[in-house]
Amino acid sequence: MSTITLDHVTKRFPDGAVAVNDLSLDIGDSEFCILVGPSGCGKSTTLNMIAGLEDISDGELRIDGQVVNDKAPKDRDIAMVFQTYALYPHMTVRENMAFALKLAKVPREVINQKVEEAARILDLVPHLDRKPANLSGGQRQRVAMGRAIVRNPKAFLMDEPLSNLDAKLRVQMRTEVSRLQRRLGTTTVYVTHDQTEAMTLGDRVAVLRGGFLQQFGTPKELYENPANLFVAGFIGSPAMNFMAASLEDNHLRSPLGEVPLSDRLRRALEAANVERQVIMGIRPEHFEDAALVASQPERAGVFFSATIDVVESMGSDVYVYFSLEGARANAAELEELARESGSAELSSAAETVVARLDAATAVREGEQARLWFDPAKVQVFDPRSGRNLCLAV
Amino acid sequence: MSDTLSLQAQPRVEAVRAPSRRRRLSEGARSERRLGWALCSPAAVIMLAVTAYPLAYAVYLSLERYDLRFPRQSHFVGYANYQAVLTSGFWWHDFLVTVVITAASVSIEFILGMVFALMMHRTIVGRNALRTAILIPYGIVTVVAAFSWQYAWTPATGYLAGLLPSSAAPLTNTWQAVGIIILAEVWKTTPFMALLLLAGLALVPNDLLNAAKMDGASAWQRFVRITLPLMKPAILVAVLFRTLDAFRIFDNIYILTQGAHGTGSVSILGYDNLFEALNLGIGSAISVLIFIAVGIIAFVMIRGFGTAVPGSENL
Amino acid sequence: MRRRKLAWGGADLVVLAWVAFPVWWIVALSFKDPSTITDGSFWPTKWTLQNYEGIFKTSQFLLALRNSIGIAVISTVVAVVFASLAAYAIARLRFPGKKVLIGVSLLIAMFPQISLVTPLFNIERVIGLFNTWGGLIIPYIAFGLPFAIYTLAAFFREIPWELEKAAKVDGATPMQAFVRVVAPLAAPGVATSAILVFVVTWNEFLLAISLTSTTASRTVPAALAFFTGASQFQNPIGSIAAAAVIITIPIVFFVLFFQRRIIAGLTSGAVKG
Repeated sequence: MSTITLDHVTKRFPDGAVAVNDLSLDIGDSEFCILVGPSGCGKSTTLNMIAGLEDISDGELRIDGQVVNDKAPKDRDIAMVFQTYALYPHMTVRENMAFALKLAKVPREVINQKVEEAARILDLVPHLDRKPANLSGGQRQRVAMGRAIVRNPKAFLMDEPLSNLDAKLRVQMRTEVSRLQRRLGTTTVYVTHDQTEAMTLGDRVAVLRGGFLQQFGTPKELYENPANLFVAGFIGSPAMNFMAASLEDNHLRSPLGEVPLSDRLRRALEAANVERQVIMGIRPEHFEDAALVASQPERAGVFFSATIDVVESMGSDVYVYFSLEGARANAAELEELARESGSAELSSAAETVVARLDAATAVREGEQARLWFDPAKVQVFDPRSGRNLCLAV
Repeated sequence: MSDTLSLQAQPRVEAVRAPSRRRRLSEGARSERRLGWALCSPAAVIMLAVTAYPLAYAVYLSLERYDLRFPRQSHFVGYANYQAVLTSGFWWHDFLVTVVITAASVSIEFILGMVFALMMHRTIVGRNALRTAILIPYGIVTVVAAFSWQYAWTPATGYLAGLLPSSAAPLTNTWQAVGIIILAEVWKTTPFMALLLLAGLALVPNDLLNAAKMDGASAWQRFVRITLPLMKPAILVAVLFRTLDAFRIFDNIYILTQGAHGTGSVSILGYDNLFEALNLGIGSAISVLIFIAVGIIAFVMIRGFGTAVPGSENL
Repeated sequence: MRRRKLAWGGADLVVLAWVAFPVWWIVALSFKDPSTITDGSFWPTKWTLQNYEGIFKTSQFLLALRNSIGIAVISTVVAVVFASLAAYAIARLRFPGKKVLIGVSLLIAMFPQISLVTPLFNIERVIGLFNTWGGLIIPYIAFGLPFAIYTLAAFFREIPWELEKAAKVDGATPMQAFVRVVAPLAAPGVATSAILVFVVTWNEFLLAISLTSTTASRTVPAALAFFTGASQFQNPIGSIAAAAVIITIPIVFFVLFFQRRIIAGLTSGAVKG
């Protein structure tokens, strides 16, 4: 049980590339910390530095307050779960789990007892004497977890441990990993590129981009108060909608109509002293079919009309897509997000907006629909810096 | 490891096609079969013509008394030639020399080859230059290298001999000369061993070594407990290839000592019986015995160590 | 970091010295003046090209060089063509007897050549192939084939054959698909196996001294063994060294320029197998 502190840690590769830039994180005892970001953001490098598999170029890494920069991986008392599981193919499940303990010269009875216990927790008892090649994907994943558990280490490091599983198994294992971590209370650093995993698993989530920390906070903080355009676009699924807007006296002129500014927002914007052109962001789930809102007069908000291009029914919800002419928001961070999701080439002047509506909606494809959204949920960003202007106070 | 890597694609095709094969071959399968045979036949014919037929002929010759000087007097003598060879001190001495050279050079090559392979795999300085340098002995004509060693160890001419006490003539002393033969053999063929081992090293995933590092294994423990076991198939293939190759050693001995001073291998003995003694019958008997010995070595290694016959499982 | 680099650099140098010693020694001998050739010094004290001039003036070496080049080139071309056909069949087609062919190739790769010397010697004398190019080329093809088939089959298995289908779907005739898509993909593999077969053939010694008797077909390695201080050579060491250096040149050329290919070729067969 321990804390992990990254203090202005930088990783520079011999070719001059900087993979991690001045990263500071304070990971508390028993905390489940997620490092998330698109590929190449430096999350795996960070994990490898914590593990001791990569040297730290600058800054300090402390485990339990002790500087471990120059300690070999084996002296850090940390266990790691690899994306490929890295199970030793020539050893049985039992031998795989016992390997680290055997190297540490733990007495045989203790090893046996620990392995049996881990196997029981992970439901691997019937497979203990099989080789990894004869296990299913989920079982291999559990063996990899078991190998970490038996050591009772100061911390678990997990490098995209679920990404080799199929979608259904991944959700199942996600719950299992979460339950296991709570039960053992071991400090965990978990790398993923999947924001859903990050949100569901993490006590706190660190969002990285291009080697820089974007934001470090609880999932709720990231969702409700994203620090910048990148975090806003990365967290949440479907992603937040962005559109160009301009600031007027006490409202926001947007392609969706005039959005009144709440007092809080107005004060924040005044304090930020920004220019007129801004980017407005609104999450799909903050829209609703106007017809369904009308019956609840207490829900004040902005109403607008749009021609619906596509309707996707999920059963529990309905996603509707419509486009707004001339609403395209331009910012470097948005381009990176678009690249990440593979939609960069779809750029045009029109911005497609996604709205998640209640299943009861009667909206249909190709028809004009009247929609509603809650102006209090709107986020406003500076197009140049990407900063969330609502957080300026 | 190698089975799992190479077992892709093919088995699936088999599963789909097996039932149809049992009943009646479709037209497509039959023409595929004919094309396969047609494409393989030139290679098969020439390989069999040069090996199978002469080998059968060698067995026949070995049962004859056949002196090249008196070809008309040749006649069937049964096992007499084999008896003559197997009761001769020369055969057993040369056999011993061959075994010593094979065992010594393969073991030294294995260790040295592993060092080279690890260096080629891991070096952070001059990786390409190192690989090129290690390839040089592999490519160089054995006879050329053998001449170089011979001149180096010949008193008066030689640089290495010059470093020894002035009276020493190592190539005229049986076991010193065998040592030099082993040196020449090791120099020439270590690269081959190293490359086969390098291929094996490449099969060990980096994640596994990292995992072992996290598990607290030292560099040596990682090598012994992870790398070596995972490389086992490659090691067995390399050792098998090199053992069979070393057992037929000829070029190096022929140039270095011509088999004089009791340094001949069985191959040298067979050659001498043919071209010095002009005795085809005895020469053929030796040829057949060498073939049998190689067969036994291969059989023992494949069965005993469980070496997968290269190519047998993945085609 | 710097210390590690120095250590690796030092280790590299040791390997380099080990590799270079015999090579340098024969080169040094070839440049030594006849009067100093037995001085045993590591570095020639009196440089000369006399040894090279000597061997190029005699027909003995020139004929051997001609034989070596001719025999190696023809054997390599034929072996690679036959091996390509067989390897294509092995990699792409299903037919009974495939495993037998692979087994036979393997046997031949490990075959003790001495076992064939006696019978081949006798057979070739009877059918008139003894001491001819053909008498060496045919066995060389046979011994080059297994290795070529192995490396080529490994290469061919790596070729994404869907590309051939894609080309056909795109409107290419089978011939166009082969020439424009398959051949360029297969070319590196074919080149690699050609280099490997050439090296083996260029090196061969036992059959070369057993199945030849005159300069009509004797290759350089065999001729070297028979350079015996005849009239034109007072001392054969210089001539042998010079000739040895000459036949090492193509090998060094291949190794320098095709290092990557050769390693890929040698290891592909091994890993797959």
